[in-house]
Amino acid sequence: MPPPVSSGTPNLAVTEPAHRPRSDVPFYAGLLALGAVYVVLLAGLLIADAAYTTPAQLWTALQSPEIRYAVWLSLWSCTLSALLSLLVAVPIGYLMSRHRFRGQALVDGLLDIPIVLPPLVVGLSLLILFHSVWGRWLEDAFKVMLAWFGVRRIRGITYDIPAVILAQFAVAAAFAVRTMRVTFDQISPRREQVAMTLGCNRSQAFWRVVLPEARRGLLTAFTLAWARSLGEFGPILIFAGATRLRTEVLSTTVFLELSVGNLEAAVAVSLLMIVAALAVLLLVRQLGSERNFTRAIEP
Amino acid sequence: MITVEQLSLRQGAFRLDDVSFTVPAGRYAVLMGRTGTGKTTVLEAIAGLRRIRSGRVLLADRDVTREKPGARNIGYVPQDGALFTSMTVRDNLGFALAIRRWPREKIDARVRELADLLGIPHLLDRHTAGLSGGEAQRVALGRALAAHPPVLLLDEPLSALDEDTRNEMYALLQSVRARTGVTALHVTHSATDADRLADVVFRLRDGRISA
Repeated sequence: MPPPVSSGTPNLAVTEPAHRPRSDVPFYAGLLALGAVYVVLLAGLLIADAAYTTPAQLWTALQSPEIRYAVWLSLWSCTLSALLSLLVAVPIGYLMSRHRFRGQALVDGLLDIPIVLPPLVVGLSLLILFHSVWGRWLEDAFKVMLAWFGVRRIRGITYDIPAVILAQFAVAAAFAVRTMRVTFDQISPRREQVAMTLGCNRSQAFWRVVLPEARRGLLTAFTLAWARSLGEFGPILIFAGATRLRTEVLSTTVFLELSVGNLEAAVAVSLLMIVAALAVLLLVRQLGSERNFTRAIEP
Repeated sequence: MITVEQLSLRQGAFRLDDVSFTVPAGRYAVLMGRTGTGKTTVLEAIAGLRRIRSGRVLLADRDVTREKPGARNIGYVPQDGALFTSMTVRDNLGFALAIRRWPREKIDARVRELADLLGIPHLLDRHTAGLSGGEAQRVALGRALAAHPPVLLLDEPLSALDEDTRNEMYALLQSVRARTGVTALHVTHSATDADRLADVVFRLRDGRISA
Protein backbone atom coordinates (compact mmCIF):
# COMPACT_ATOMS: atom_id res chain seq x y z
CA MET A 1 0.00 0.00 0.00
CA PRO A 2 1.51 3.37 -0.98
CA PRO A 3 1.95 5.92 1.82
CA PRO A 4 -0.75 8.61 2.00
CA VAL A 5 0.18 11.70 0.02
CA SER A 6 -0.21 14.90 2.00
CA SER A 7 -1.55 17.97 0.31
CA GLY A 8 0.92 20.82 0.04
CA THR A 9 4.70 20.48 0.05
CA PRO A 10 6.25 20.24 3.53
CA ASN A 11 8.68 23.07 4.06
CA LEU A 12 11.98 21.43 4.97
CA ALA A 13 13.97 24.63 4.79
CA VAL A 14 12.71 26.11 8.10
CA THR A 15 15.64 26.76 10.44
CA GLU A 16 15.01 26.46 14.18
CA PRO A 17 17.19 28.56 16.50
CA ALA A 18 20.18 26.45 17.64
CA HIS A 19 19.46 24.45 20.80
CA ARG A 20 21.94 24.52 23.66
CA PRO A 21 21.41 22.08 26.54
CA ARG A 22 21.50 23.68 29.96
CA SER A 23 24.46 23.40 32.28
CA ASP A 24 25.29 20.08 34.00
CA VAL A 25 26.48 21.88 37.12
CA PRO A 26 23.19 21.81 39.07
CA PHE A 27 22.83 18.06 38.43
CA TYR A 28 26.28 17.23 39.79
CA ALA A 29 25.94 19.76 42.62
CA GLY A 30 22.77 17.96 43.68
CA LEU A 31 24.38 14.51 43.50
CA LEU A 32 27.41 15.67 45.46
CA ALA A 33 25.38 17.47 48.12
CA LEU A 34 23.15 14.45 48.81
CA GLY A 35 26.00 11.97 48.66
CA ALA A 36 28.16 14.09 50.93
CA VAL A 37 25.58 13.91 53.73
CA TYR A 38 26.21 10.21 54.20
CA VAL A 39 29.96 10.25 53.62
CA VAL A 40 30.37 13.08 56.15
CA LEU A 41 28.23 11.19 58.67
CA LEU A 42 30.44 8.08 58.35
CA ALA A 43 33.67 10.06 58.57
CA GLY A 44 32.22 11.91 61.57
CA LEU A 45 31.54 8.62 63.35
CA LEU A 46 35.12 7.44 62.89
CA ILE A 47 36.61 10.78 63.89
CA ALA A 48 34.41 10.97 67.00
CA ASP A 49 35.52 7.47 68.09
CA ALA A 50 39.15 8.25 67.43
CA ALA A 51 38.97 11.56 69.27
CA TYR A 52 37.30 9.96 72.28
CA THR A 53 40.10 7.52 73.06
CA THR A 54 43.83 7.96 73.41
CA PRO A 55 46.50 5.52 72.24
CA ALA A 56 47.12 4.80 75.92
CA GLN A 57 43.52 3.69 76.41
CA LEU A 58 43.72 1.52 73.33
CA TRP A 59 46.91 -0.02 74.68
CA THR A 60 45.30 -0.67 78.05
CA ALA A 61 42.35 -2.31 76.36
CA LEU A 62 44.68 -4.53 74.35
CA GLN A 63 46.56 -5.51 77.52
CA SER A 64 43.44 -7.03 79.03
CA PRO A 65 43.48 -10.82 78.54
CA GLU A 66 39.70 -10.87 78.15
CA ILE A 67 39.82 -8.39 75.31
CA ARG A 68 42.79 -10.11 73.70
CA TYR A 69 40.82 -13.35 73.81
CA ALA A 70 37.82 -11.57 72.25
CA VAL A 71 39.98 -10.18 69.44
CA TRP A 72 41.40 -13.62 68.73
CA LEU A 73 38.04 -15.39 68.89
CA SER A 74 36.42 -12.74 66.70
CA LEU A 75 39.05 -13.00 63.99
CA TRP A 76 39.00 -16.74 63.61
CA SER A 77 35.31 -17.35 64.26
CA CYS A 78 34.46 -14.76 61.58
CA THR A 79 36.87 -16.40 59.15
CA LEU A 80 35.46 -19.83 59.83
CA SER A 81 31.84 -18.72 59.54
CA ALA A 82 32.64 -16.84 56.32
CA LEU A 83 34.24 -19.98 54.86
CA LEU A 84 31.26 -22.09 55.95
CA SER A 85 28.99 -19.49 54.37
CA LEU A 86 30.78 -19.86 51.04
CA LEU A 87 30.54 -23.62 51.34
CA VAL A 88 26.73 -23.43 51.27
CA ALA A 89 26.39 -20.23 49.23
CA VAL A 90 28.18 -21.58 46.15
CA PRO A 91 25.98 -24.65 45.64
CA ILE A 92 22.76 -22.84 46.54
CA GLY A 93 23.60 -19.82 44.40
CA TYR A 94 24.54 -22.01 41.44
CA LEU A 95 21.46 -24.25 41.66
CA MET A 96 19.10 -21.30 42.07
CA SER A 97 20.71 -19.43 39.20
CA ARG A 98 20.94 -22.26 36.66
CA HIS A 99 17.87 -24.36 37.34
CA ARG A 100 14.14 -23.86 37.61
CA PHE A 101 12.35 -26.26 39.89
CA ARG A 102 9.06 -26.71 41.69
CA GLY A 103 8.99 -24.83 44.98
CA GLN A 104 11.82 -22.53 43.97
CA ALA A 105 9.94 -19.40 45.08
CA LEU A 106 9.46 -20.98 48.49
CA VAL A 107 13.16 -21.81 48.83
CA ASP A 108 14.01 -18.31 47.65
CA GLY A 109 11.81 -16.81 50.35
CA LEU A 110 13.26 -19.12 52.99
CA LEU A 111 16.78 -17.99 52.08
CA ASP A 112 15.79 -14.39 52.77
CA ILE A 113 14.55 -15.10 56.28
CA PRO A 114 17.86 -14.41 58.05
CA ILE A 115 18.08 -11.08 56.22
CA VAL A 116 14.57 -10.00 57.12
CA LEU A 117 14.30 -11.48 60.61
CA PRO A 118 15.57 -9.49 63.61
CA PRO A 119 18.94 -11.07 64.55
CA LEU A 120 17.68 -11.57 68.11
CA VAL A 121 14.95 -13.85 66.80
CA VAL A 122 17.53 -15.88 64.88
CA GLY A 123 19.44 -16.40 68.15
CA LEU A 124 16.31 -17.37 70.04
CA SER A 125 15.28 -19.79 67.31
CA LEU A 126 18.73 -21.40 67.37
CA LEU A 127 18.46 -21.84 71.13
CA ILE A 128 15.02 -23.42 70.82
CA LEU A 129 16.19 -25.69 67.98
CA PHE A 130 19.09 -26.97 70.07
CA HIS A 131 16.80 -27.60 73.01
CA SER A 132 14.53 -29.78 70.91
CA VAL A 133 14.95 -33.55 70.74
CA TRP A 134 16.81 -33.33 67.41
CA GLY A 135 18.98 -30.49 68.62
CA ARG A 136 19.98 -32.35 71.76
CA TRP A 137 20.72 -35.45 69.74
CA LEU A 138 22.96 -33.36 67.47
CA GLU A 139 24.70 -31.78 70.43
CA ASP A 140 25.31 -35.20 72.01
CA ALA A 141 26.72 -36.50 68.75
CA PHE A 142 28.96 -33.44 68.57
CA LYS A 143 30.19 -34.08 72.11
CA VAL A 144 31.02 -37.68 71.25
CA MET A 145 32.97 -36.40 68.25
CA LEU A 146 34.86 -33.91 70.42
CA ALA A 147 35.79 -36.66 72.86
CA TRP A 148 36.84 -38.90 70.00
CA PHE A 149 39.18 -36.22 68.65
CA GLY A 150 40.38 -35.47 72.20
CA VAL A 151 39.21 -31.83 72.20
CA ARG A 152 38.90 -30.56 75.77
CA ARG A 153 38.56 -26.80 75.32
CA ILE A 154 35.16 -27.05 73.71
CA ARG A 155 32.46 -28.79 75.73
CA GLY A 156 29.46 -28.64 73.43
CA ILE A 157 27.57 -26.42 71.04
CA THR A 158 25.16 -24.25 73.05
CA TYR A 159 26.84 -21.59 75.21
CA ASP A 160 30.20 -22.50 73.74
CA ILE A 161 32.39 -21.50 70.77
CA PRO A 162 30.49 -23.60 68.19
CA ALA A 163 27.39 -21.59 69.11
CA VAL A 164 29.26 -18.37 68.32
CA ILE A 165 30.18 -19.66 64.87
CA LEU A 166 26.74 -21.13 64.24
CA ALA A 167 25.05 -17.84 65.19
CA GLN A 168 27.35 -15.89 62.88
CA PHE A 169 26.97 -18.43 60.10
CA ALA A 170 23.16 -18.55 60.30
CA VAL A 171 22.90 -14.89 59.35
CA ALA A 172 26.08 -14.36 57.31
CA ALA A 173 25.39 -17.28 54.97
CA ALA A 174 22.17 -15.64 53.77
CA PHE A 175 24.17 -12.65 52.55
CA ALA A 176 26.75 -14.89 50.89
CA VAL A 177 23.97 -16.84 49.17
CA ARG A 178 22.47 -13.63 47.75
CA THR A 179 25.87 -12.53 46.48
CA MET A 180 26.67 -15.86 44.84
CA ARG A 181 23.25 -16.07 43.23
CA VAL A 182 23.76 -12.66 41.60
CA THR A 183 27.31 -13.62 40.63
CA PHE A 184 26.20 -16.79 38.83
CA ASP A 185 23.28 -14.92 37.23
CA GLN A 186 25.80 -12.55 35.69
CA ILE A 187 27.95 -15.33 34.23
CA SER A 188 26.45 -16.32 30.90
CA PRO A 189 25.50 -20.02 30.79
CA ARG A 190 26.82 -19.95 27.23
CA ARG A 191 30.40 -20.53 28.42
CA GLU A 192 29.39 -23.63 30.35
CA GLN A 193 27.57 -24.87 27.27
CA VAL A 194 30.67 -24.37 25.16
CA ALA A 195 32.71 -26.20 27.79
CA MET A 196 30.26 -29.09 27.65
CA THR A 197 30.47 -29.32 23.86
CA LEU A 198 34.26 -29.46 24.30
CA GLY A 199 33.95 -32.62 26.37
CA CYS A 200 33.21 -31.47 29.92
CA ASN A 201 30.56 -32.92 32.14
CA ARG A 202 28.67 -30.49 34.40
CA SER A 203 31.17 -30.79 37.19
CA GLN A 204 34.20 -30.11 34.99
CA ALA A 205 32.46 -27.13 33.37
CA PHE A 206 31.71 -25.78 36.84
CA TRP A 207 35.18 -26.19 38.32
CA ARG A 208 37.18 -25.20 35.26
CA VAL A 209 35.04 -22.46 33.72
CA VAL A 210 32.33 -21.11 36.01
CA LEU A 211 34.07 -20.98 39.37
CA PRO A 212 37.21 -19.19 38.11
CA GLU A 213 34.96 -16.60 36.53
CA ALA A 214 33.02 -16.26 39.78
CA ARG A 215 36.21 -15.33 41.61
CA ARG A 216 35.28 -11.75 42.34
CA GLY A 217 31.84 -12.79 43.52
CA LEU A 218 33.45 -15.35 45.84
CA LEU A 219 35.66 -12.66 47.36
CA THR A 220 32.74 -10.29 47.76
CA ALA A 221 30.62 -13.00 49.37
CA PHE A 222 33.45 -13.92 51.72
CA THR A 223 34.06 -10.31 52.74
CA LEU A 224 30.39 -9.63 53.25
CA ALA A 225 29.95 -12.77 55.36
CA TRP A 226 33.06 -11.97 57.36
CA ALA A 227 32.00 -8.39 58.06
CA ARG A 228 28.49 -9.50 58.88
CA SER A 229 29.87 -12.07 61.33
CA LEU A 230 32.09 -9.49 63.00
CA GLY A 231 29.06 -7.30 63.65
CA GLU A 232 26.85 -10.16 64.86
CA PHE A 233 25.73 -9.60 68.42
CA GLY A 234 22.16 -10.49 69.35
CA PRO A 235 22.16 -14.14 68.29
CA ILE A 236 25.56 -14.71 69.92
CA LEU A 237 24.39 -13.19 73.20
CA ILE A 238 21.34 -15.44 73.30
CA PHE A 239 22.71 -18.65 71.82
CA ALA A 240 26.32 -18.55 73.00
CA GLY A 241 26.08 -16.27 76.00
CA ALA A 242 28.69 -13.66 76.96
CA THR A 243 31.11 -15.65 79.06
CA ARG A 244 34.48 -13.94 79.33
CA LEU A 245 37.39 -15.98 78.00
CA ARG A 246 34.95 -18.41 76.43
CA THR A 247 32.29 -17.01 74.12
CA GLU A 248 33.15 -13.33 74.23
CA VAL A 249 33.68 -11.74 70.82
CA LEU A 250 34.40 -8.05 70.18
CA SER A 251 30.77 -7.02 69.77
CA THR A 252 30.03 -8.72 73.09
CA THR A 253 32.96 -6.88 74.66
CA VAL A 254 31.54 -3.52 73.63
CA PHE A 255 28.24 -4.50 75.23
CA LEU A 256 29.85 -5.87 78.42
CA GLU A 257 32.10 -2.86 78.88
CA LEU A 258 29.21 -0.47 78.23
CA SER A 259 26.99 -2.28 80.72
CA VAL A 260 29.53 -1.79 83.50
CA GLY A 261 29.96 1.88 82.56
CA ASN A 262 33.45 1.51 81.10
CA LEU A 263 32.82 3.78 78.12
CA GLU A 264 36.54 4.26 77.34
CA ALA A 265 37.15 0.54 76.92
CA ALA A 266 33.95 0.16 74.89
CA VAL A 267 35.06 2.88 72.48
CA ALA A 268 38.60 1.50 72.32
CA VAL A 269 37.25 -1.94 71.35
CA SER A 270 34.91 -0.32 68.82
CA LEU A 271 37.92 1.31 67.20
CA LEU A 272 39.69 -2.05 67.13
CA MET A 273 36.72 -3.53 65.30
CA ILE A 274 36.72 -0.70 62.79
CA VAL A 275 40.43 -1.19 62.13
CA ALA A 276 40.04 -4.96 61.81
CA ALA A 277 37.09 -4.60 59.43
CA LEU A 278 38.89 -2.04 57.27
CA ALA A 279 42.02 -4.19 57.18
CA VAL A 280 40.08 -7.24 56.00
CA LEU A 281 38.14 -5.24 53.41
CA LEU A 282 41.32 -3.71 52.00
CA LEU A 283 43.20 -7.00 52.06
CA VAL A 284 40.48 -8.85 50.19
CA ARG A 285 40.05 -6.04 47.66
CA GLN A 286 43.79 -6.07 47.07
CA LEU A 287 43.91 -9.84 46.65
CA GLY A 288 41.00 -9.65 44.25
CA SER A 289 42.29 -6.77 42.18
CA GLU A 290 42.48 -7.30 38.42
CA ARG A 291 46.26 -6.82 38.44
CA ASN A 292 46.95 -9.56 40.95
CA PHE A 293 44.40 -11.76 39.27
CA THR A 294 46.11 -11.46 35.89
CA ARG A 295 49.53 -11.93 37.45
CA ALA A 296 48.38 -15.06 39.23
CA ILE A 297 47.17 -16.85 36.12
CA GLU A 298 49.60 -15.69 33.46
CA PRO A 299 52.61 -17.95 32.90
CA MET B 1 27.73 -35.90 7.88
CA ILE B 2 25.03 -34.13 9.86
CA THR B 3 21.58 -35.67 9.72
CA VAL B 4 18.52 -34.38 11.52
CA GLU B 5 15.47 -36.62 11.30
CA GLN B 6 11.96 -35.47 12.20
CA LEU B 7 13.15 -33.24 14.97
CA SER B 8 10.45 -31.79 17.23
CA LEU B 9 10.94 -29.55 20.20
CA ARG B 10 9.10 -27.06 22.39
CA GLN B 11 10.43 -24.03 24.13
CA GLY B 12 7.74 -22.03 25.87
CA ALA B 13 5.29 -20.95 23.18
CA PHE B 14 7.85 -21.70 20.48
CA ARG B 15 7.64 -25.03 18.68
CA LEU B 16 9.36 -26.84 15.86
CA ASP B 17 7.90 -29.98 14.34
CA ASP B 18 9.21 -32.59 12.00
CA VAL B 19 12.39 -30.81 10.90
CA SER B 20 14.62 -32.99 8.70
CA PHE B 21 17.74 -32.26 6.67
CA THR B 22 21.13 -33.72 5.83
CA VAL B 23 24.50 -32.08 5.33
CA PRO B 24 26.75 -34.47 3.37
CA ALA B 25 30.21 -35.15 4.76
CA GLY B 26 32.75 -32.42 4.09
CA ARG B 27 30.14 -29.91 2.97
CA TYR B 28 29.56 -26.43 4.34
CA ALA B 29 25.85 -25.84 4.96
CA VAL B 30 24.28 -22.52 5.83
CA LEU B 31 20.96 -22.52 7.67
CA MET B 32 19.16 -19.25 7.10
CA GLY B 33 16.16 -17.74 8.74
CA ARG B 34 14.93 -14.54 10.27
CA THR B 35 15.39 -13.69 13.92
CA GLY B 36 13.05 -15.82 16.03
CA THR B 37 12.58 -18.64 13.53
CA GLY B 38 14.41 -21.08 15.78
CA LYS B 39 17.60 -21.63 13.79
CA THR B 40 19.76 -21.28 16.89
CA THR B 41 17.45 -23.72 18.67
CA VAL B 42 18.01 -26.29 15.91
CA LEU B 43 21.77 -25.84 16.25
CA GLU B 44 21.60 -26.22 20.04
CA ALA B 45 19.53 -29.37 19.63
CA ILE B 46 22.21 -30.83 17.35
CA ALA B 47 24.86 -29.87 19.93
CA GLY B 48 22.84 -31.57 22.67
CA LEU B 49 22.32 -28.35 24.58
CA ARG B 50 18.56 -28.43 24.18
CA ARG B 51 16.21 -31.23 24.99
CA ILE B 52 14.18 -32.50 22.05
CA ARG B 53 10.74 -34.11 22.16
CA SER B 54 11.26 -36.52 19.33
CA GLY B 55 13.40 -37.21 16.31
CA ARG B 56 17.02 -38.23 15.83
CA VAL B 57 20.34 -36.53 15.37
CA LEU B 58 23.14 -38.37 13.54
CA LEU B 59 26.66 -36.98 13.42
CA ALA B 60 29.35 -38.69 11.34
CA ASP B 61 27.09 -41.77 10.94
CA ARG B 62 26.57 -42.13 14.67
CA ASP B 63 23.21 -41.70 16.40
CA VAL B 64 23.96 -39.14 19.14
CA THR B 65 20.35 -38.32 20.06
CA ARG B 66 20.82 -39.61 23.60
CA GLU B 67 24.42 -38.50 24.02
CA LYS B 68 25.58 -35.62 26.20
CA PRO B 69 27.05 -32.59 24.38
CA GLY B 70 30.56 -33.64 25.41
CA ALA B 71 30.19 -37.10 23.85
CA ARG B 72 29.01 -35.83 20.45
CA ASN B 73 32.48 -34.88 19.23
CA ILE B 74 31.52 -31.49 17.82
CA GLY B 75 33.05 -28.06 17.59
CA TYR B 76 30.65 -25.30 18.60
CA VAL B 77 31.22 -21.59 17.96
CA PRO B 78 28.57 -19.36 19.54
CA GLN B 79 27.73 -15.87 18.39
CA ASP B 80 29.73 -13.88 20.91
CA GLY B 81 32.62 -16.36 21.00
CA ALA B 82 31.99 -17.02 24.70
CA LEU B 83 35.71 -17.32 25.37
CA PHE B 84 36.75 -18.46 28.85
CA THR B 85 37.76 -15.15 30.36
CA SER B 86 39.74 -16.62 33.24
CA MET B 87 42.21 -18.23 30.81
CA THR B 88 44.79 -17.14 28.26
CA VAL B 89 44.26 -17.67 24.54
CA ARG B 90 46.61 -20.68 24.78
CA ASP B 91 44.48 -22.33 27.48
CA ASN B 92 41.30 -21.57 25.56
CA LEU B 93 42.71 -23.32 22.49
CA GLY B 94 43.94 -26.30 24.50
CA PHE B 95 40.85 -26.65 26.66
CA ALA B 96 39.22 -29.62 24.88
CA LEU B 97 42.59 -31.41 24.85
CA ALA B 98 43.22 -30.84 28.54
CA ILE B 99 39.78 -32.32 29.22
CA ARG B 100 40.76 -35.32 27.11
CA ARG B 101 43.95 -35.62 29.20
CA TRP B 102 46.34 -35.21 26.30
CA PRO B 103 49.98 -35.02 27.41
CA ARG B 104 51.35 -31.49 27.76
CA GLU B 105 53.68 -31.68 24.71
CA LYS B 106 50.92 -32.91 22.42
CA ILE B 107 48.64 -30.09 23.58
CA ASP B 108 51.39 -27.53 22.99
CA ALA B 109 52.00 -28.86 19.49
CA ARG B 110 48.31 -28.85 18.60
CA VAL B 111 47.81 -25.33 20.01
CA ARG B 112 50.76 -24.13 17.92
CA GLU B 113 49.25 -25.78 14.83
CA LEU B 114 45.87 -24.15 15.45
CA ALA B 115 47.44 -20.75 16.08
CA ASP B 116 49.25 -21.01 12.74
CA LEU B 117 46.11 -22.11 10.92
CA LEU B 118 44.18 -19.14 12.34
CA GLY B 119 46.97 -16.59 12.17
CA ILE B 120 47.08 -15.89 15.90
CA PRO B 121 50.49 -17.14 17.16
CA HIS B 122 51.20 -13.65 18.56
CA LEU B 123 48.09 -13.81 20.76
CA LEU B 124 48.80 -17.09 22.55
CA ASP B 125 49.90 -15.60 25.87
CA ARG B 126 47.35 -12.81 25.82
CA HIS B 127 44.43 -12.62 28.13
CA THR B 128 41.05 -12.85 26.37
CA ALA B 129 39.85 -9.51 27.73
CA GLY B 130 41.73 -7.26 25.27
CA LEU B 131 40.97 -9.18 22.06
CA SER B 132 39.14 -7.55 19.15
CA GLY B 133 35.96 -9.10 17.80
CA GLY B 134 37.78 -10.79 14.92
CA GLU B 135 40.55 -12.11 17.16
CA ALA B 136 38.04 -13.47 19.66
CA GLN B 137 36.17 -15.33 16.90
CA ARG B 138 39.43 -16.83 15.63
CA VAL B 139 40.18 -18.10 19.12
CA ALA B 140 36.64 -19.45 19.47
CA LEU B 141 37.02 -21.24 16.14
CA GLY B 142 40.39 -22.69 17.14
CA ARG B 143 39.04 -23.83 20.49
CA ALA B 144 36.19 -25.62 18.69
CA LEU B 145 38.54 -27.33 16.18
CA ALA B 146 41.18 -28.42 18.69
CA ALA B 147 40.08 -32.01 19.23
CA HIS B 148 39.61 -32.67 15.46
CA PRO B 149 35.80 -32.84 15.55
CA PRO B 150 34.28 -34.12 12.30
CA VAL B 151 31.41 -31.63 12.75
CA LEU B 152 31.54 -27.87 13.24
CA LEU B 153 28.47 -25.92 14.40
CA LEU B 154 28.60 -22.14 14.04
CA ASP B 155 25.93 -19.82 15.43
CA GLU B 156 26.02 -16.40 13.73
CA PRO B 157 29.80 -16.34 14.12
CA LEU B 158 30.30 -13.24 11.99
CA SER B 159 27.32 -11.08 12.89
CA ALA B 160 29.18 -8.84 15.34
CA LEU B 161 32.14 -8.15 13.02
CA ASP B 162 32.86 -5.16 10.81
CA GLU B 163 32.98 -5.46 7.02
CA ASP B 164 36.76 -5.92 6.65
CA THR B 165 37.08 -8.43 9.48
CA ARG B 166 34.15 -10.32 8.10
CA ASN B 167 35.85 -10.64 4.71
CA GLU B 168 38.98 -11.96 6.40
CA MET B 169 36.88 -14.49 8.27
CA TYR B 170 35.25 -15.70 5.04
CA ALA B 171 38.68 -16.45 3.66
CA LEU B 172 39.72 -18.07 6.92
CA LEU B 173 36.63 -20.28 7.13
CA GLN B 174 37.17 -21.38 3.52
CA SER B 175 40.76 -22.34 4.22
CA VAL B 176 39.84 -24.11 7.48
CA ARG B 177 37.29 -26.09 5.58
CA ALA B 178 39.71 -27.00 2.83
CA ARG B 179 42.42 -28.04 5.27
CA THR B 180 40.31 -29.94 7.81
CA GLY B 181 37.55 -31.43 5.68
CA VAL B 182 35.11 -30.72 8.49
CA THR B 183 31.35 -30.88 7.92
CA ALA B 184 29.93 -27.50 8.89
CA LEU B 185 26.53 -26.12 9.76
CA HIS B 186 26.51 -22.34 9.94
CA VAL B 187 23.42 -20.53 11.19
CA THR B 188 22.89 -16.96 10.04
CA HIS B 189 20.43 -14.37 8.80
CA SER B 190 23.03 -12.92 6.42
CA ALA B 191 22.61 -13.73 2.71
CA THR B 192 26.25 -12.71 2.16
CA ASP B 193 27.42 -15.45 4.55
CA ALA B 194 25.50 -17.94 2.44
CA ASP B 195 26.84 -16.56 -0.86
CA ARG B 196 30.43 -16.60 0.32
CA LEU B 197 30.53 -19.90 2.19
CA ALA B 198 27.71 -22.29 1.44
CA ASP B 199 27.71 -25.49 -0.60
CA VAL B 200 24.21 -26.13 0.65
CA VAL B 201 21.65 -23.59 1.84
CA PHE B 202 18.66 -24.43 4.01
CA ARG B 203 15.96 -21.98 4.90
CA LEU B 204 13.96 -22.24 8.11
CA ARG B 205 10.55 -20.63 7.92
CA ASP B 206 7.39 -21.21 9.97
CA GLY B 207 8.99 -24.24 11.54
CA ARG B 208 9.78 -25.87 8.20
CA ILE B 209 13.03 -26.42 6.37
CA SER B 210 13.36 -25.85 2.65
CA ALA B 211 16.51 -26.38 0.63
